[in-house]
Amino acid sequence: MDLNDTPEQAAYRAEVRAWLEQNAQHAPATRGRGDEEQAVAAHRAWQRRLAEAGYVGVTWPAEHGGQGKGPLHQVVINQEIARAGVPGILDAIGVGMLGPTLIAHGSDEQKQRYLAPMLHADEVWCQLFSEPAAGSDLAGIQSRARQEADGSWRLSGQKVWTTNAQFASYGLLLARTDPDAHKHKGLTMFVVPMDAEGVTIRPLRQISGEPEFNEVFFDDVKLEPGAEVGPVNGGWGVALTTLMFERLTIGAGSEGMGYRADRFARAIASDPVAAKDPEVRARFGELATELLALRFTGYRLLTAISRGQIPGPEAGMGKITAVNGAIAAGDLIADVLGPEALDPESEWSYLISFLPGLKSAGGTEEILRNTVGERVLGLPPEPRLDKGIPFSELRAKERQEVAS
Amino acid sequence: MNFDLSDEQVLLREAARDAFSRVRTVEAAREALEGGELPDLWSTARQAGWTGLLLAEEHGGAGLGAIDAMLVLAEAGRVLAGVPLLGHLPATALAESGGCDEGTLAKLASGELRAAYVPARPGDDVDPAWTAEPRSGRRRAPAPDVVRGDEGLATVSGSVAWVPDAVGAGLLVVVGVDASGPVAVAIDASADGVTVEPARGVYDATRPLAHVRFENACGKLLAAGEEEMRRAWFLAHALIAAESLGAVEECLERSVAYAKERYTFGRAIGSYQAIKHALTEVLRRQENTRSLLYYAGWAYESKPDEFAAAASAARASGGAALDFAAREVISVHGGIGATWEHDAPLFFRRAQLSRRLLGGTGDAVDRLAGELLTGSAAAA
Repeated sequence: MDLNDTPEQAAYRAEVRAWLEQNAQHAPATRGRGDEEQAVAAHRAWQRRLAEAGYVGVTWPAEHGGQGKGPLHQVVINQEIARAGVPGILDAIGVGMLGPTLIAHGSDEQKQRYLAPMLHADEVWCQLFSEPAAGSDLAGIQSRARQEADGSWRLSGQKVWTTNAQFASYGLLLARTDPDAHKHKGLTMFVVPMDAEGVTIRPLRQISGEPEFNEVFFDDVKLEPGAEVGPVNGGWGVALTTLMFERLTIGAGSEGMGYRADRFARAIASDPVAAKDPEVRARFGELATELLALRFTGYRLLTAISRGQIPGPEAGMGKITAVNGAIAAGDLIADVLGPEALDPESEWSYLISFLPGLKSAGGTEEILRNTVGERVLGLPPEPRLDKGIPFSELRAKERQEVAS
Repeated sequence: MNFDLSDEQVLLREAARDAFSRVRTVEAAREALEGGELPDLWSTARQAGWTGLLLAEEHGGAGLGAIDAMLVLAEAGRVLAGVPLLGHLPATALAESGGCDEGTLAKLASGELRAAYVPARPGDDVDPAWTAEPRSGRRRAPAPDVVRGDEGLATVSGSVAWVPDAVGAGLLVVVGVDASGPVAVAIDASADGVTVEPARGVYDATRPLAHVRFENACGKLLAAGEEEMRRAWFLAHALIAAESLGAVEECLERSVAYAKERYTFGRAIGSYQAIKHALTEVLRRQENTRSLLYYAGWAYESKPDEFAAAASAARASGGAALDFAAREVISVHGGIGATWEHDAPLFFRRAQLSRRLLGGTGDAVDRLAGELLTGSAAAA
């Protein structure tokens, strides 16, 4: 058992660290409130600089502009970026999840056209999967794409929880193309230009008041022939690839979520009375136990990743531990500091406001527990009413039940 | 980065599971509650080489680490095996680091001589005093008094309650205090002034406990430093956590198996979210405990500054996990799970008693908080 680098990793780490020391002066401040356009431009430039040095998409194959390295190299970069106190790349979603999906399922033309500008942040991407009525049950999406005689598509519908949509050039979008098929069978994945006619982007403000996400509306948007990624009506398999890379990204970055026991300890220790208070200590010790477990479970996960294993659904348990541990920490710190902790300028105010939404992000706690219960523990599934019937009939049935 | 067991460690774990599987330990745990004899697992431990697990090879031991000890204890915990390693292993580590004589170490390694660790809780950021387990209540007892004598001898006076594995041990490795601070002394259990009173009506009969009294009992002064005496305390915590992990694994396996085969309202109860989510919570706590035990094992060898925090976190996590799992295995089985004939109550008894040993799980939670709040475990 060893948390140290191999000699090869150590050499790579030294190289990354030296590069960051030389280039940190060009890094923008971590994204704050100021002028968004300026901030985005600065973050684009920072990603480009990292990409030119070969530190973006290191796990991508060399033929697509990557370095063909293993996921632990990505972990080293993440760790060194965190250590240097500089921001990561602007388009982590594109580079971490959508690019690899295009590499796995896209046509040669798509790879040729989209991957290099994505890597350099010339074109930022967004993920258009979730909808107001389809989150945990993602295959229930209702955005509809119809093919015209000339092979082009017409797209209508609404997506939500879309990070970076306001400055993205493209989105990877899951739409229903055959409503008469079973819900998983009639879906297709598309590349959508975000500046196309009929695309409307609206910021979606969160509890903190900050717009962390967007809603995106599609009103009869025309997509050129060849906009589909992977087979027509084979979009569910493509989406599963994206979700697998999402788990890998989260797994490789689990240390970087910032929910560390030592960070919360400093806030509590700043009040010497609280630091000796048995109730505060009991609450802090319990949540610190969880967050330390999260950290060392993360190392087990990284060990598995370094051996070429893809994290399974059990990796989702880490999210449950992280969110609930951080919620407990925010509550405790606010109890110790009092109303001051809820001042809009306080880092704790932001943390406290951010976490209730995070609880549902990437799958609610309940759906994660269902998946882990069934796929890891092998417990029998809940009886399902959506199996074996066309999606259109399922929707009709749902509407009828609500009406009766 | 390699945060997983080595092939040798996997083999060690399998060998331990295999060795325990030859004895009807769970049945014995029930029979012992009604006065039955516990199977002799000390000879199993000796044959397997676990008695000298932590001792250096030059002292006749296996030269293995804390993580290896935890793997064996986890397998013992899985089948509620009453093997007195919780008392023996920290005692051997303390004896060796305290420069105990070669002859004694060789006997401890082979298991010819069985030792028991008579613990004292190290002081912390709130109260620096070293203290002992009280018979009852929240006020901690003073650690035994040590008076240094000539020729490396010392006399010990005082009481320590609820000492694991002291009954029948040949050597007691006691942590007491004198004016300079904590002191470790190795005392022959048959020496004048030593009383080992078996605790009556122990809730978990696989876990012999004793109240140990010293009245000017004479033993050999060990040259262990304060850091080694702290390590012994936290090692014992990590070993309790390891036992808990094994018991949690068993509770979860039994719960899952039953949830698949028991039907209500036309479907397996494991298909209901209420059951499914509770069992995933057992799994979550189980894997968290495993990660923290790896952390403790790694810190013991490579990050001694963090061992107190790591072992305390493991103890806190393991205690809470077993508490939860042992109640859940009863709930999943319904009323029958709370009957004498069922095995679930044996795991419940283990959970109830274990979480209250050596300061209790709550003390481990407080210790972790103290370590982190004072920055002792800076990197954590």
